[in-house]
Amino acid sequence: MASNSSGGGSDRQRTAQQRLSIIAGHLQRPVDGNPAILAEECKAQESKPDASSEERRVPRRRQEIMKWNGWGYSDSRFLFNKKGQAEFTGKRYRLSGMIIPGLKDWMEGTFGASLQHKAPATPILNSNAIQPPNLHEAFVEELKSTGIPFSHDAEDRVFRAHGHCLHEIFALREGKFGRVPDMVVWPNCHNDVVKIVELACKHNVCLIPYGGGTSVSSALECPHEETRSIVSLDTSQMNRILWIDEKNLTVHVEAGIVGQDLERLLNESGYCTGHEPDSMEFSSLGGWVATRASGMKKNIYGNIEDLVVHIKMVTPRGVIEKSCMGPRMSTGPDVHHFIMGSEGTLGVVTEVTMKIRPMPEYQKYGSVVFPNFEQGVACLREVARQRCAPASIRLMDNEQFKFGHALKPQVSSIFTSFLDGLKKLYITKFKGFDPNRLCVATLLFEGDREKVLQHEKQVYDIAAKFGGLAAGEDNGQRGYMLTFVIAYLRDLGMDYYVIGESFETSVPWDRVLDICRNVKARIVRECKEKGVQFPPLSTCRVTQTYDAGACVYFYFAFNYRGLSDPVHVYEQVEHAAREEILANGGSLSHHHGVGKLRKEWMRDTISNVGMGMLKSVKDYVDPNNIFGNRNLL
Amino acid sequence: MAQEAVYSHRDPMLKKRDDFEDILEERRNSSDLRYALRCYTPVVYKELTLCKSGELRDLVLQSDHLRYVITQVSKETGADADEVQGEASAILEEMAHCLQLSTVRFFAFTLTKIFKTLFRSICVNEEGIQRLQQAIHEHPVVLLPSHRSYMDFLLMSYILYTYDLALPVIAAGMDFMGMKFVGEMLRMSGAFFIRRSFGGDKLYWAVFSEYVRTMLKTGFAPVEFFLEGTRSRTAKSLTPKLGLLNIVMDPFLKGEVFDVTLVPVSISYERILEESLYARELLGVPKPKESTSGLFKARKVLSEDYGSIHVYFGQPVSVRSLAEGRVNRCQFNLTPRHIPQRPGEEINHFVNDSAFRLVRAQEENMVLKPWVLLASLLLQNHHHGQKGGTALEELTEQAVWLRDLSRQCGAFLHWPEHAPPSEVVSSSLSLHQGLVSISEGRVQLALEQGGQGGPEEKLLNQAVVVLSCASYRNQALHVFLRPALLALAIVTSSSNNRQEVYNSFSFLRNMFSNEFILCPGATVQDFEEACYLLVKTGALQIPQQEVLITERGHRTLAFLTSILDPFLQGYQVVCRFLCEEATEALTDKQFVPAVRKFIIKHLLTGTLRYAEALSSDLQKNSLAALLRLGAVRRVKGGAEQGTLKVNKVMVNSLEDTLGGKLPTQKAAAARL
Repeated sequence: MASNSSGGGSDRQRTAQQRLSIIAGHLQRPVDGNPAILAEECKAQESKPDASSEERRVPRRRQEIMKWNGWGYSDSRFLFNKKGQAEFTGKRYRLSGMIIPGLKDWMEGTFGASLQHKAPATPILNSNAIQPPNLHEAFVEELKSTGIPFSHDAEDRVFRAHGHCLHEIFALREGKFGRVPDMVVWPNCHNDVVKIVELACKHNVCLIPYGGGTSVSSALECPHEETRSIVSLDTSQMNRILWIDEKNLTVHVEAGIVGQDLERLLNESGYCTGHEPDSMEFSSLGGWVATRASGMKKNIYGNIEDLVVHIKMVTPRGVIEKSCMGPRMSTGPDVHHFIMGSEGTLGVVTEVTMKIRPMPEYQKYGSVVFPNFEQGVACLREVARQRCAPASIRLMDNEQFKFGHALKPQVSSIFTSFLDGLKKLYITKFKGFDPNRLCVATLLFEGDREKVLQHEKQVYDIAAKFGGLAAGEDNGQRGYMLTFVIAYLRDLGMDYYVIGESFETSVPWDRVLDICRNVKARIVRECKEKGVQFPPLSTCRVTQTYDAGACVYFYFAFNYRGLSDPVHVYEQVEHAAREEILANGGSLSHHHGVGKLRKEWMRDTISNVGMGMLKSVKDYVDPNNIFGNRNLL
Repeated sequence: MAQEAVYSHRDPMLKKRDDFEDILEERRNSSDLRYALRCYTPVVYKELTLCKSGELRDLVLQSDHLRYVITQVSKETGADADEVQGEASAILEEMAHCLQLSTVRFFAFTLTKIFKTLFRSICVNEEGIQRLQQAIHEHPVVLLPSHRSYMDFLLMSYILYTYDLALPVIAAGMDFMGMKFVGEMLRMSGAFFIRRSFGGDKLYWAVFSEYVRTMLKTGFAPVEFFLEGTRSRTAKSLTPKLGLLNIVMDPFLKGEVFDVTLVPVSISYERILEESLYARELLGVPKPKESTSGLFKARKVLSEDYGSIHVYFGQPVSVRSLAEGRVNRCQFNLTPRHIPQRPGEEINHFVNDSAFRLVRAQEENMVLKPWVLLASLLLQNHHHGQKGGTALEELTEQAVWLRDLSRQCGAFLHWPEHAPPSEVVSSSLSLHQGLVSISEGRVQLALEQGGQGGPEEKLLNQAVVVLSCASYRNQALHVFLRPALLALAIVTSSSNNRQEVYNSFSFLRNMFSNEFILCPGATVQDFEEACYLLVKTGALQIPQQEVLITERGHRTLAFLTSILDPFLQGYQVVCRFLCEEATEALTDKQFVPAVRKFIIKHLLTGTLRYAEALSSDLQKNSLAALLRLGAVRRVKGGAEQGTLKVNKVMVNSLEDTLGGKLPTQKAAAARL
């Protein structure tokens, strides 16, 4: 653990410390009021142990540290204090304990929300409202004899009955529970999983693998039509790094480990995987594999399919794995690709070997302001053409830029606010940028110092050709922080009648602008037609670049006062938005997966034959539908 | 009645239409010069990205689409790419408009002067203008006016200028370019010129389509064109042309814009400037080539009274809603969008259906004047051989009866509310002095009895009046068309069986679908609408599977069948011609003169009553129908024009079926 290594002698531990502070940069609160720390060269930090460095493995009873009806840690949430100012509680994040003065006005202005109109959540989970478990006696008996821990406590079951789709969280807040798993098991290792799957097959019990629970595709919902006993297989206790191979730069890990633990543990050895999905605090390695996850820094490290070297998965037919760890094989279709994206329909991923890299020496944030979104997209396209994308490059549209602005914490000195004022004046008045059209790209560079600086110059030069102005590291950093707190912010919105969600797609370059405009416009139009009383927030960002296209992320939220069935309206609008995406040449999903939410479009997406291929694999691997979450197909 | 409950939602009586405002009224009371020079600040498209004609040209010439086609063409022809590029920019030069506000102001001034002398009023529905303004702000807009006169597009621009709306760019036929000075003036007032035919010319098509698309996508200006392609000489709407509609829908279908708004505009003239010109043209006097001097010769028209014009801006139609559930836009996902592709079957059907719906929308909002009803009645009375005309009182009674019938059928009739009917009738007649003669309180068509020359010349002179008159009657045809087809079906099927009447209806509808605007594939709806209307007017009763004519229904049915009778007989006589006189070597070109000769012969001998059959429009439409049905085939004959091969058995049986001599099933069988 990083905290234990403070003052430690080895270089490796020192680098680990550096690395930690970098992660802390977008996860945690600033150390000793030095917010610019990340902008400078990373110094070894001999500071006092941070709360975050304590044992943070996921406990079996997750509800002890996490919300049962919202996002993330129980101690971290947005609220409006007595003075009516927004505040973020807890100590875990950079924003924790800070006042965010602009948020109230933004919420009122954007959604027409008001502090007077509150829609509080049901505070306590009422166990009586939950159906008693439908247990398979023989299965339970045999499971007991294996010694693998399990539970049929109502809270444990409810916690594993949902992901984080809007309708799931909305129902929880209202204290409504649908079908929930009948029991939860916590295997400790691969062999435990083998035993559980064998027993499930023997007794025809339905298994639903559960990793971090961050799904946004209804993948964790128990199918209504399932009559068998449903067992949630929680992989969280399989969280060890089994070995690190420094010669080949690979690591062998149990698949239940969550992102932040994996990075922290590797950092202690001076390595990282570089895989940082926005959900990395909670999502698990097995989940990444099962959904074909993508990380923020994929430009350097690659997406999960590029990172994985070897996978072990337990299926009803037995264990599937390759016999060697060659870096590339020509042995027919890659069986890993049956596993990646299988969304828990074929088995449980238990162990994964993945690539690692030495931790980067230097990290630098940056941002560029463009006069309009079109110019910004043109710049990103050029960056991709020249293949010089930084670790991360994201382009937010004007609405999202304003949103980011609203989340600026209170500035301590008059001088800073004066500087901010000057900057704004320079951009809008001197450079003639229209504040209602300009947009901002956030950048993250990583590598050795010299190369980073060189790289930075290259990117800024390209940006300048498209009218981009460098807008400082602080803006960039705040942009990335946003991705970690946005999910918390949704909970705040829901306290005040605002519901919303994000969804994503990938699309060829020539269609990026069209899809952004059309999908946003479709959302606004659908909301109006469905009787939403207030104009919705409909915003997007280009969040990943590829050679042949980009990943686009949409945020959509609205004030639902006056609607009798807001979730239904929300779902209709999201459905329409997805149709619009598909009609504009976008994909069904870039990295969230299909789950049950997007199943209806699978056939059109991959053709009849494609469906048949997937179906025949499922039929062979799991003929009795033991892994019965009914995702994907 | 059960029938009523089912169809009441489509009751045309319930159609809500806006009120009109006369825009000339203000012009008569204030300075024209000040009006022409006033501050003009139209509302523009909210995402307008471009405002200069020069930029527009560059954008078109540099577009991926055009560059791709240029490369293709240079590969195919072996010509240098720069050369082809030069060709493209020459095409664009020839085509492009160069809208100038000063020219528009000039037109605003002169047109005001002209309009004030020619017309009593120019009435516009202001609510439509407001809707249009909203639409222009929200999405790229396409204006689709009906086309009855040269006046149309100047009038459109004039109105938009008056209401401070964005001036449209207008697709005009190249023939205007012939008028040197005027052509340039029109260009500066927003017209762009397209060749009438450029079938195989890839480069031309690319420049043209890219030009239109770019204007639309950038929100440069509303695009205006005539769905009917050319001025209708008969005042019936013409079968829509799909080329331009295809082009303007394309940016939406390919996701380049969120939506495109189509605004049908109905322009109705109480008296058409080109009235007798059209009739002569239909009778075979070729259309004079547009020339500036010709225009000045037309000056004498300035001294006459042309009544009023009604311009109705219809409900904006969103292409997105039209395409909803009809077009799978994913079909464009797998090819780069700038590579030109032939639209697939699905798109073609969609565009065709949309075009018909839009033309129907134009028709429905055409304002009908009392004269239109009088013309219908006078023609019928004439053909029923009333010697010496109809007594004025009788005509008035008939007109009032027809007024009520047409209103029940949903006509947009402007019948002065407070004036006594006799006054309405006489003032209508006085506006059309050239077509009617009144003597001793009896009214009839002004067929110059005396006239010198042979009987054939006399006949043609009379036909000019008949066709002119028919063009007014035609304005009301769309109102009565479906009930009239039903009436005719009842008469020809000589059965009360609903199914048999339907078969007959379906046959007639199919036969006449080149003649009238009948939405493809809507036979059942049209039949139901016709039944509904005739039941509502009390002319029919439809208990269960029967169709019964009521006591008072006979008059309605007689009127309705008479209104279609000229067409029915016209088609029959064309069939007869093909059976009796068509030679092996009959070419397309020879068809009209030959059939005309044949018809004149029959008119002179009195075996045919309707001079209307002389209309080349009717003759061409009937040939098109026969070609479509496969009774006549067009055989490509080497370098020569294609010849027409007639299946005489089939044409004969179609003729008999039209005449009610054969049941409809037989005709269907003969087709096989």
